[in-house]
Amino acid sequence: MSGGVFDPQGPIALQERNLIILVVVIMLCVAIPMLILLYTFAWKYRAGNKKAKYDPEHVGSAWRQLVWWAIPAVVIVVIAVINWQSTHALDPYKAIPSSNPPLTIQVVALQWKWLFIYPAQGIATVNYIQFPVNTPIHFELTADAPMSSFWIPELGSQIYAMAAMQTQLDLEASSIGEYTGKDTEINGAGYAGMTFLAKSTSQADFNAWVVSVQDAGTYPALDLNTYNTLAEPSQNNPPAYYSSYDKDLYNTILMKYAASAATGTVVGTSTMPADMPGMQM
Amino acid sequence: MIHFIFGTLTWDALPHVWYTIGATASIAVGGLFFAGLLTYYKRWTWLWKEWLTSTDPKKIGIMYIVMASLMFFRGALDAAMIWLQQSISVGSSQGYLDATHFQQIFTAHGDIMVFFVAMGFFFGLMNLIIPLQIGSRDLAFPFLNSLGFWLYVAGAVFINMFFVIGGEFAASGWLSLPPLSEIMYSPGTGVDYWVWSLQISGLGTLLGGINFLVTILKMRVKGMTLMKMPMFTWTSLCSMALVIVSFPVLTATTALLWLDRFFGMHFFTTTAGGNPMMYVNLIWMWGHPEVYILVIPAFGIFSEVVATFSGKRIFGYVSMVCATICITLLSFLVWLHHFFTMGAGADVDAFFGIMTGVIAIPTAVQIFNWIATMFRGRIRFTTPMMYFMGFVSLFTFGGMAGVLLSVPGADFELHNSLFLVAHFHTMIVSAALFGIFAGITYWCPKVMGFKLNEKIGRWAFWLWIVGFFASFVPLYILGFMGATRRLDHYAATTGYQPFFIIAGIGICIIAAAALVQVWQAIVSIKERKQNLDTTGDPWDGRTLEWSTRSPVPFYNFAVLPEVDSRDAFWKAKKAGKSAEPVKYEDVELPKNTAMAIYLSGFVFLFGFAAVWHIGWLAAVGLVGSVACVIVRSFDEHTEYILPAADIEKMEKMA
Repeated sequence: MSGGVFDPQGPIALQERNLIILVVVIMLCVAIPMLILLYTFAWKYRAGNKKAKYDPEHVGSAWRQLVWWAIPAVVIVVIAVINWQSTHALDPYKAIPSSNPPLTIQVVALQWKWLFIYPAQGIATVNYIQFPVNTPIHFELTADAPMSSFWIPELGSQIYAMAAMQTQLDLEASSIGEYTGKDTEINGAGYAGMTFLAKSTSQADFNAWVVSVQDAGTYPALDLNTYNTLAEPSQNNPPAYYSSYDKDLYNTILMKYAASAATGTVVGTSTMPADMPGMQM
Repeated sequence: MIHFIFGTLTWDALPHVWYTIGATASIAVGGLFFAGLLTYYKRWTWLWKEWLTSTDPKKIGIMYIVMASLMFFRGALDAAMIWLQQSISVGSSQGYLDATHFQQIFTAHGDIMVFFVAMGFFFGLMNLIIPLQIGSRDLAFPFLNSLGFWLYVAGAVFINMFFVIGGEFAASGWLSLPPLSEIMYSPGTGVDYWVWSLQISGLGTLLGGINFLVTILKMRVKGMTLMKMPMFTWTSLCSMALVIVSFPVLTATTALLWLDRFFGMHFFTTTAGGNPMMYVNLIWMWGHPEVYILVIPAFGIFSEVVATFSGKRIFGYVSMVCATICITLLSFLVWLHHFFTMGAGADVDAFFGIMTGVIAIPTAVQIFNWIATMFRGRIRFTTPMMYFMGFVSLFTFGGMAGVLLSVPGADFELHNSLFLVAHFHTMIVSAALFGIFAGITYWCPKVMGFKLNEKIGRWAFWLWIVGFFASFVPLYILGFMGATRRLDHYAATTGYQPFFIIAGIGICIIAAAALVQVWQAIVSIKERKQNLDTTGDPWDGRTLEWSTRSPVPFYNFAVLPEVDSRDAFWKAKKAGKSAEPVKYEDVELPKNTAMAIYLSGFVFLFGFAAVWHIGWLAAVGLVGSVACVIVRSFDEHTEYILPAADIEKMEKMA
């Protein structure tokens, strides 16, 4: 099949696919013999087979129970080691080592579209990202909407985007191509249409694209008013481009819910939920 | 004034779209048909006196199973509607449902199947069998049992009520996670219906949990120590312990959500210091144990089935009990694996991932022991045994998918995809549902006095197996292709459609299987004379329920048995113990009571008032339910004596 988890186009997705195959193979080592035993016994000890030995009081022994517990325990210990190591290796917050400097993209989940902000390039897009191949992309994610989950299957890991909080995700594409990104968490009527195009291109093409979007004559600026209109619920949005954006936009969105006008809470880190590792202001 | 009387319930809320009008019409037609039958056969008094007000756990058990079966057809209809939409809503076609309606349907499907089908069936089977297995004539608290059932019914009516009364159902997924379920994003009545349906039925579940735990701990027959209890009793005990610990969490969490919605509080809002992730943690602290509440009793049923039909004692009883207890305890240490993608950090994710993997150990031990029980047995492949074979085959792969999802690095690529949906359906269908089918077939002769038709039962089994593969294998593949769950529409270029169509064919086969099961029930009742169980022990059973006659008399045991070992009844049979001269004694039994119906009715009114903001009705509901409790607690005459002479007479006639 083309596309999806088994068609990895980046180092994270590749490691994750290999991890899936490895864990499945290890488990099959127990599952297949177990099922063979099940069907063998079912056939051999069927009531019609009077030749088979019948021992109604046969209940086993302690050492046999020990074996029963030991076999899956060994497998699970092996998987636990893999689990611990892979979880740390594939920590979505972990920077991907590369000779190319990472590209930061800020992501805001809206009802029901994705807003992308390129801080270094000074541009913003809706439902479309472009990035250079073989370059780590550092996503910083939040939401101005119900909880959403950001996923590009061919590139690897997904992560939640939540209002008033920031999560991070590091991905990289190792080949040029177009991938579909999506939301995986139900977040309202426009959920299914909340997809975006993720395009990996050469560095030169990326640079040219950035320059083209930066043209204020072609694309509008994303000031706070434009943003508020954009943030209104809408479905199946086509890609949109903004030649510039309000410099405080991302932080304004992040702080929008933390500071409450109703209760007059002081804006500051103390009002942020403290239990989110990776929370950064 | 109008607002005072009707709250927010207005004409506009009443049914006015095709599916609510359709459902209202079918509920009305069904109700009228049923009422007509009762009137024609003059059975209203019989229904009220013999069934609705009964405190006999066997009758309550049957009512649970009837109710759960009805809800199964509602939930299955939802499933069919989901699949139909997903099969046709591709590219330029938007299917036949709008997104919100589609989301309401999958929300209702999940809640109904978990709370009202699986839970209902298990409470039904426990009511039927637990007292018999432990040699008791009743439960510890017969009134609470009746109340638990009627609260379950009230909750079930509540979740279907929007069809008739109007409003809408929640479109926020079966756990209604905030902030989506907060008033800001879900301003309608849907989430309120959801909250109060779960509040009411959850209260009933908790009462049932307490009742069965106390019953199993305090009412076992003389000589039956804990380590001599049958496996189904053990697993029910563990499951009920989980209910008692986890259901208050559900009640509290959904109550807090309602406070947010009604009083504008900020427990789980994104604003004013609320924290939605708190809800996600809390709901899964209940939600994960809930999965085991459904699966553990099924393990018990399969333990009984495999031992009986292999003609052997269960292999490694002590080990089985330990494994069950391990699963029970571990089920509280894994909730975070439902949201590795929250970004809690590698240490936290790895801990919960490893704990999840650890649960696979006791589960695998149980499977080994079942297989070892078959070793040197004389296996009779009756329908329950077929379901056991189907269960182990499917559950092994579903469990592997589960262990795979417990590895965060893999979960990051599979979370919220159709792979996940396929995984938990494999687990719930193979364990809970097949367990229920096996249990009903296995214990039917005990309760009804006749066996179910074997031939039709096998047909249903094979249709279930084929239908299951056709439905869920495509979902595993779709998950790997990157298809997310809950899609009401997708692009043609994704290539998902053929797989959804195969899955849709699968649901048709499953529907056929369910219809064959209805047919099986009808044929079995019609031809019951050919399948009568005159011995009380049709399967050559091992546990105490088979020592009494079939169908079980309402006093369960004419003379209480005594137990000196596991499989005491089996031993007695093998030793050829002849019937000793029996000495009958007077028996104390609970009287019927309608108070549980009244009390549930008032609780229902309170929930209704809470959904539609009707102050006076909430007061009526609250005062009424408290009054019912007070009236009931002053009733000193809740039991009656069945004289020994009457029992002797009935036993001689039988």
